[in-house]
This record gives sequence, structure tokens and C-alpha cells, in this order.
Amino acid sequence: MDRPATPPAALASGQAAPAHAAPEGARATAGRVNLHRFANPGRFLRLSGQLLPWIAAAAALLLGLGLAWGLAFSPADYQQGETVRIMYIHVPSAWVAMACYSTMAIASASALVWRHPLADLVAIECAPIGACFTAVCLVTGSLWGRPMWGTYWVWDARLTSVLLLFFLYLGHIALVNAFDDPARGRRAGAILALVGAVNLPIIKFSVDWWSTLHQPASVSRLAAPAIHPDILWPLLVMALAFTLLFAALLLLRVRAAIYAQRARALMAARAAVRA
Amino acid sequence: MTRKRRRLWILLLCALGLGSATALVLTALDDHLVFFFSPSDLAERPPPPERLFRVGGLVETGSVERAEGSTVRFRVTDGAKTLPVTFQGLLPDLFREGQGVVAQGRLGPDGVFRATEVLARHDETYMPPEVADALRRAGHWKPGDPLPGGAPSGTPAGAPRPASGS
Amino acid sequence: MTGLSSWIAMGGHAPFVWGSYGVSALILGALAIVSWRGHRAARALVARLEAEGARRRPAPGANAAASTAAPERAA
Repeated sequence: MDRPATPPAALASGQAAPAHAAPEGARATAGRVNLHRFANPGRFLRLSGQLLPWIAAAAALLLGLGLAWGLAFSPADYQQGETVRIMYIHVPSAWVAMACYSTMAIASASALVWRHPLADLVAIECAPIGACFTAVCLVTGSLWGRPMWGTYWVWDARLTSVLLLFFLYLGHIALVNAFDDPARGRRAGAILALVGAVNLPIIKFSVDWWSTLHQPASVSRLAAPAIHPDILWPLLVMALAFTLLFAALLLLRVRAAIYAQRARALMAARAAVRA
Repeated sequence: MTRKRRRLWILLLCALGLGSATALVLTALDDHLVFFFSPSDLAERPPPPERLFRVGGLVETGSVERAEGSTVRFRVTDGAKTLPVTFQGLLPDLFREGQGVVAQGRLGPDGVFRATEVLARHDETYMPPEVADALRRAGHWKPGDPLPGGAPSGTPAGAPRPASGS
Repeated sequence: MTGLSSWIAMGGHAPFVWGSYGVSALILGALAIVSWRGHRAARALVARLEAEGARRRPAPGANAAASTAAPERAA
């Protein structure tokens, strides 16, 4: 799950990194494209360092509120009884799993087209987070399906497409690390992320396009969702908490990746001085 | 700038190609991606005899009969057509009259579907039992029916409405 | 007391409900801890390398990195 330690092979890329950072800063001062200001790793470290504690605190607070509300203070469902409480983690984790893939796809596209130095890192760090949220979604869905539907798993279009999402995340992690040259691994990963993005509309609309055991969306329109407010509110609080948790984890992991890159650059520079 | 522009166009063209290819494949596979057929589907295109398939719909209210042993007889309806089903075994918790159900099995020569597995399917409405009771008292609404969208006078404030957008 | 035990029983589906919450806490908690430790280790490594680089001689690469990292360590 974690980035591999920096082996000697990584030095090749480490040498590229300082050369990478300097023109990026120069471009930012040129001020041609505003987005490049945030693509500057130093600026990102500073900004994310200020934001991260607030996001993490808000996530923890909302998570506590959502858990208490969902587990103790929300009513049981008229059909499903207490089991409906599984929804408060199942549905938010599904939303975040898909939002995470969208983030990964957008970051991959900007890495391929605009060669942002940060876009690659964001895409790569999305994969383990997305894999974990998808795993949570699959496991809780399975534990919900057994008492309600009568089965842990069926191969209907919704469940199968979410399982495919999980394998896309795992495949992305494996592919990125499969190359000796990290730059090529990143590029292969970006292409996989973009190709896999066709799965997103399939997951979303599978319950409408084909008959599935999984029920259709309840919160498709906020104006009139098919969920009573007493059940909807804790769900929305948990969804916001999971989204903030995702944001905090992504910032933390991208920061770690920037530091790792910088450490590789420093070691490469030291090796160059010694030589 | 032009190189970036070119990369962007290549990417968009690839996305377009991939998207249409996927759409074509999914359209071609439509019959295999469907998890179950409704009684109307079966009336329209009867499956070959002795083929294992799934049928889904609502358990028709008042149709459940428990015969000797653990055999259960009920009818699955989609509003337009119904199909009689027999099943021997344990039913899931959520199996109720008026609730969704998906049964896997074979269609007998007598037109009765012999299920080997029965799964419950629930709809996308969630509400506290008291609200469901209030709805039930207010009108002739019963579990499994779409919720009264027209909001009859007895509907509690903020009562859910069905997500009619398919 | 009956209120508490009936809450824990979750309408007879306790293993499924509590199992879901437990597994989720395990997966997301592990991810958070691994990510946090990774971040701490990488930051400490950069700080150590920069300190060593500054002590030895002002290497050009190390200098550039140190100048961007300096405000970060204060935060």
C-alpha cells in the first residue's frame, strides 16, 4: 500500500526531479496559466499543511456525529428494521469510491495533457484510498445483502461493476509499480485510469439500464428523495464526513509523496556531489 | 501550447472512441446483463424449456400459500402479468406480500415456475415504521406500493415521495 | 439496561450491523495510520537529509529544496 522505499533504480528519476521543479517555478512566475500556481509542490506543501488539520478535525467531528446519529438516534426502517443502519457506511463509501475514481481520472488526464508534476502524484495516491473505500462498500453491502436479500453476493450489473472498480484500483497500483522507469509507470497508470473511467457511468446507471437485485438510487433527486428525513440526515452527515476523510487522506498521502520525491532528489544530489 | 492542444484532442478522440465502443458492447450484451426477467418479458418471449433463469417482480398480495412441508406457493406480478411460483426451502427475512422478489429456477410445462432459490428485493424507499403506519392509516397504501406521490391530506409533513425518475 | 441490550442486539442482526461497522473501522483506520506514518517518515527523512547537507556543504540541490521546505517546518 505504501510507496516502496527508494531503491537505487529510483535515482534515475531523482535526478529528473530537481530539474523538474525549477522550470515549474519559472513557469508559475510567468503567470501564463494560473493552475500552475497550485502545481508547484512547495506551494502545495504550504497550503495543504495549513488546511489539513482543519479538514481532519472536521472529518473526525462529523464522523462522530454521524456514527452516533446513525447507530443510536435514527429510527429503524419499516421494512429492514435495524439492518438499515449499514446504509450509513455502505452508501457514503460507495459515493466516495466513485468520487475518488473521478478525481483519479481527472488528475490522470491533466497529467497526460498538461504534465502537471502534482497531477501524477494525486492520481497515484487516489488508488489505495479508492481501493479501501471500495472494499468497505463491498464488504458492508455483502453483510447487508445476507440478512435482507438472502445472499452475500449475486452477479448482477451493479455488484459486478463495483467489483470491477475495486480491481481497477488494484490494477492501477500494480501497474504503476511494475515499471523500472517510474515515469513510464505513471503514464501507464494514467492511461489505465482513463480507460477505466467508462466504468463510472456503468456503475451509476446499471440499476436503471438493466434489472438488478440491487435497488435503484434513493437520493437521485435531492428535492424528493425516497428516504424519510430522519434517515436521510444522518446519511448526509456520514457522506460529508467520508468526503472530508477522503480529502484529508489524499492531502496527507500527496504530501508524503512530495517529501519522498524530495528525499530522492536530495540523495541524488548528494551522490552527484560525492562522485 | 500546440502540443498540449494536440494531446488534449487525441485524448478526447480516444475517449469518444472508447465510449462508443463500450456503449455498443453493452447494447449487444443487453440480454446477458439483465439479472432477471419480469412476467411480462416472459409472456412476450418465452424462454426455451428447462433453461435456468430468474424471474423478478412483486409477490402478489394474498397469493402466498404455505403447503405441506416447507413448500411455498405464490404469484409474482409486475402489474401487467403474473406468474405462479413454487419453492421449497427457507425464504429470506424480507420475503413479504407486496415486496420485491427474484426467483431462480425453471419454467415447468404446466406454466408454474419451479424456483430453486428465492431472493428478496427491496425498493429504494426508507422510512421509520411510525411513518409507514401513518401512511397506511391515511390511505389504502400498503408496503410495497409506491408511496402516495399525490400527497393525500393525511401524509405527514416531509413524508417521502417515490423517486419516479426511473 | 434492556434498552442497551436491545440496541446491541440490532433486531437480531447484530453480527451483520456491528460486523459492517467493525470491518469499515478496521480498513479505514489502517489506511489512515499507514498514510500518517508514511507522511511522518518521509518528512523526517527530508529534514535529516537537509540537515546533513547543510552541515557538510551547501550543495546546490539541497539548498533549493531547503528553501521551499523551510516555511513548512515552521507550520
